[in-house]
Amino acid sequence: MKTWLRQHRLALGSAARKLSAQKSTALASILAIGIAISLPLGGYALLEPLRGLVGRIAVEPQLTAYIRLEARRSETEATARLLRQNAQIASVRLVSREAALRELASVDGLDDILATLDSNPLPDALILQPRDTSAEALERLAKELRALPSIARVQADSLWARRLAAFGAIGRLGLLFLSTLLAFGLIAVTFNTIRLQILTLRDEIEVSKLLGATDSYIRRPYYYLGVIQGALGGGVALAVVWLGIHLLNAEIRLLADSYGSTFRIPYPPAPDVLSVVLCAGLLGWLGAHLSVDRHLREIEPH
Amino acid sequence: MISFSSVSKRYPGGRAALAEVSFVVESGEMVFLTGHSGAGKSTLLKLIPAIERPTSGSVLVHGQNIGALKAAALPYLRRSIGVIFQDQRLLHDRSVYENVMLPLAFSDHAPREAARRARAALDKVGLLDRERANPIQLSGGEQQRLAIARAVVNRPAILIADEPTANLDDESAARILEIFLSFNQVGVTVLLASHDRAMMQRYGRRVLELAAGRLGELSAPENSAEP
Repeated sequence: MKTWLRQHRLALGSAARKLSAQKSTALASILAIGIAISLPLGGYALLEPLRGLVGRIAVEPQLTAYIRLEARRSETEATARLLRQNAQIASVRLVSREAALRELASVDGLDDILATLDSNPLPDALILQPRDTSAEALERLAKELRALPSIARVQADSLWARRLAAFGAIGRLGLLFLSTLLAFGLIAVTFNTIRLQILTLRDEIEVSKLLGATDSYIRRPYYYLGVIQGALGGGVALAVVWLGIHLLNAEIRLLADSYGSTFRIPYPPAPDVLSVVLCAGLLGWLGAHLSVDRHLREIEPH
Repeated sequence: MISFSSVSKRYPGGRAALAEVSFVVESGEMVFLTGHSGAGKSTLLKLIPAIERPTSGSVLVHGQNIGALKAAALPYLRRSIGVIFQDQRLLHDRSVYENVMLPLAFSDHAPREAARRARAALDKVGLLDRERANPIQLSGGEQQRLAIARAVVNRPAILIADEPTANLDDESAARILEIFLSFNQVGVTVLLASHDRAMMQRYGRRVLELAAGRLGELSAPENSAEP
């Protein structure tokens, strides 16, 4: 165990020396990896709050039927009873004009304005959950509702949320594709860095083999090199994303404050930070493994 | 013990470097290998630590058939053989001390023991006071002694050297030979390739002579100057 640990400590030291011996090449590779990872990571950081937002909104389309302003409550309730018997409608919820006013008054800045009104300008409303949520079925149901004498206006809610969710899904798919592509990029960058290292240190590798170094002894520092380079690249990506979110939040705060909102883009949480560094390190290891496997075979003796 | 039995070596392209070579070097023996340039000396020496593999025949080292060894076993075989290459293969971006430490890095020695062995090997070849120097700062003889120190630092049972005295003045060459003799006197099997017949005659050891890849008659020089 002691020997195993010592061998790994030596390999780690050797990897660090190899990195510092070619500072500019290593730095360029780490920056390239960092920038490559920051693209999908930044996209993920922006899409995650959007997904949360969409999740909080009912994405199933609803129809809101506004009752004529002059209709009595009994008329509204009769319409609600009628619609509950409609096979196309799964549920009906009545929102009285008083409840609607109370909800509106709870929005910052509106209560003062509403206080100046002589009477409640809001109608009773029926929020309907259709069974068939296809665009054609919704349109057909909306047309039927508009034909009812007690209903003044019909509005299809949540369609926008559904579209937003669909855009989010497309965005995530795009990110997945981009991440996969850039993962290959990271592997290629590491592959090339290790290839250059092996070419530079060909003499040392050859002599070590001649003197009795095992393959694992020779490979180990390069694996560490790949992992270190990948993990540092992941760190650079996190720093870039953190800086981007910091700058964006400064602007978002001004906009959100004007709406009385506390919305901010959240910084990646600790588990995500750890995952990025680990995944980048793992991809670095994979690139190193492929490179070492291919290029060490070319160096004699076998 | 080193044993060659009907060993032939043919390189890709058809050039035959060795043809039906058979000989035995007993444990603790010191043997010279001679022949003109291109006679096959280097090829023969490379077969012992399995740097090259024979095309036919068998090479036994410590009783193991080199041809039958798996790739994973080769590093351990190589650690048991000290090799001094014709071009020395020193690492010029490392100090004298670091060059000698290299074979110890992949052996299972504790750091303190490794440092002690490296300094002992440097002391043995008279380079302890140059341990911080870069190999490029050393003279030809000193570089050769450094290569010997690196070869013996793992205390191998067999020491092979390819033209270790080539391009050295007589005094440096004699000093190198004395080092090999001292290792042989403590039981290390030594096989030295050289084309310096006069030098070989002074030491009165068995000589294997290669000519165009074939082993000639074994001879023991008559005039021995060895004490």
